Amino acid sequence: MITSAHTVLAALGVLLGVFTIAPGLIWLERRLLAVWQDRYGPNRVGPFGILQVVADMIKIFTKEDWVPPFADKPVFIIAPTIIMLSTLMSFAVVPVGPNIGVIDMNIGLLFFLAMSSMGAYSVVLAGWASNNKYSLLGGMRGASQMISYEVFMGLSLLGVVLMNGSFNLREIVLAQEGMWNVIPQFFGFLIFLLAGLAESHRLPLDVPEAESEIIAGFHSEYSGMKFGMFFVGEYIGVTLVSAMIATLFFGGWLGPWFPPIVWMLIKTFAFICLFILLRASLPRPRYDQLLSYGWKVMLPLAILNLMVTGAIVVATTG
Amino acid sequence: MFSVLRSIWIVLKHTFRKRETVQYPEEKPDLSPRYRGRIVLSRDPDGGERCVGCYLCAVACPVDCISLQATEDENGRRYPEFFRINFSRCIYCGYCEDACPTYAIQLTPDFEMAEYDRNNLVYEKEDLLISGEGKYPGYHFYKVAGLAIGGKDKGEAQNEEEPVDIHSLMP
Repeated sequence: MITSAHTVLAALGVLLGVFTIAPGLIWLERRLLAVWQDRYGPNRVGPFGILQVVADMIKIFTKEDWVPPFADKPVFIIAPTIIMLSTLMSFAVVPVGPNIGVIDMNIGLLFFLAMSSMGAYSVVLAGWASNNKYSLLGGMRGASQMISYEVFMGLSLLGVVLMNGSFNLREIVLAQEGMWNVIPQFFGFLIFLLAGLAESHRLPLDVPEAESEIIAGFHSEYSGMKFGMFFVGEYIGVTLVSAMIATLFFGGWLGPWFPPIVWMLIKTFAFICLFILLRASLPRPRYDQLLSYGWKVMLPLAILNLMVTGAIVVATTG
Repeated sequence: MFSVLRSIWIVLKHTFRKRETVQYPEEKPDLSPRYRGRIVLSRDPDGGERCVGCYLCAVACPVDCISLQATEDENGRRYPEFFRINFSRCIYCGYCEDACPTYAIQLTPDFEMAEYDRNNLVYEKEDLLISGEGKYPGYHFYKVAGLAIGGKDKGEAQNEEEPVDIHSLMP
């Protein structure tokens, strides 16, 4: 009974945390992009413009939520919920602290990979249900991008799994007590960073949206809170990938002086800032270049990394 | 690959650059004296209106936002009876200033003219006239023009010679 109450409390806490972080990221991203473009960004509403978040939320909640008459209605409505649900579900396995976390799953890493694959459905269904050529193009791009980057995303993480001998995220964190995984698994980290960037389809890898090429891609026809769900889903995805990088490669909650949860938050925010920096500095690759880069460069690299790690693990453990 | 890392580094260095933004209501932008903003009518050093009501500004105006009526006082000095600029039409091109032969109409570096009511953007002569000389201090049209008005006859202007006496044979 105590454990179930604890789980519910943890779930509510994580949900609340994620839902405060995600809109906060809108503000953070605008401020950081402004910093890197020699501007100030939103700094008028409230201290440092932080209440811009509230203004944005009010705006998006009160906007007309319009379903185009030519759309496939049920699918059109379901699509944005999928990305929210799948990314939120993934947060269930993220260990925030030694005893904080929704669920301690022994296949946590696989669950994360499965849930992030589910996110692809959101893009594809939204693109299809919109009944719009640009949306369909975006959905198609999203599907192929996510499928190709999913493959070596999983492979890049297998090196970590091999070294720590567990799919359980908690045990992976604890195994990094002596040395963070990023040192022996540096290439795995780089590959996962890129795959995570593609997985959350953020700039510079926002090929499914690509507003300069195909308007807004899969969510061209969305408005109001349905668009807001895609928007927030994207930010939750960024938070999720950052949290996963922190957990898998940078020792999760481990760290001196501060309480564990603070370390987890610091590490997650560092990677969120890195994602925003990448957005600020890099242009979007061409669609076919992105795919051929994934299959011809990153996939062999991920396999090579896995094979070398496996060989070293076998040689050292005998 | 190197260029990607270099561009990330260059963007990161912008964190410590000076901001380009001017925080407008608190911090005013630095406008040059020749900025084309609100239009004024200036006065000559003696405090008289410089405008002689020649209509050249109204003719030059591409959007026809200037309207005036010339009249003459008892000294024979021309001035506008009314002078009206519709700033909701004005495009701040500065052609009126170029056309003005007496430096009367001038554009100033002031742009804070927002109104809630469109009618308030129509400025009358009282709104346009300023007490100073604007960009051309010391200039006095009637003191350099050869026109005779009350109190100043021909030949009495600055750097002006006496009119030639056509009835005399002397050079």
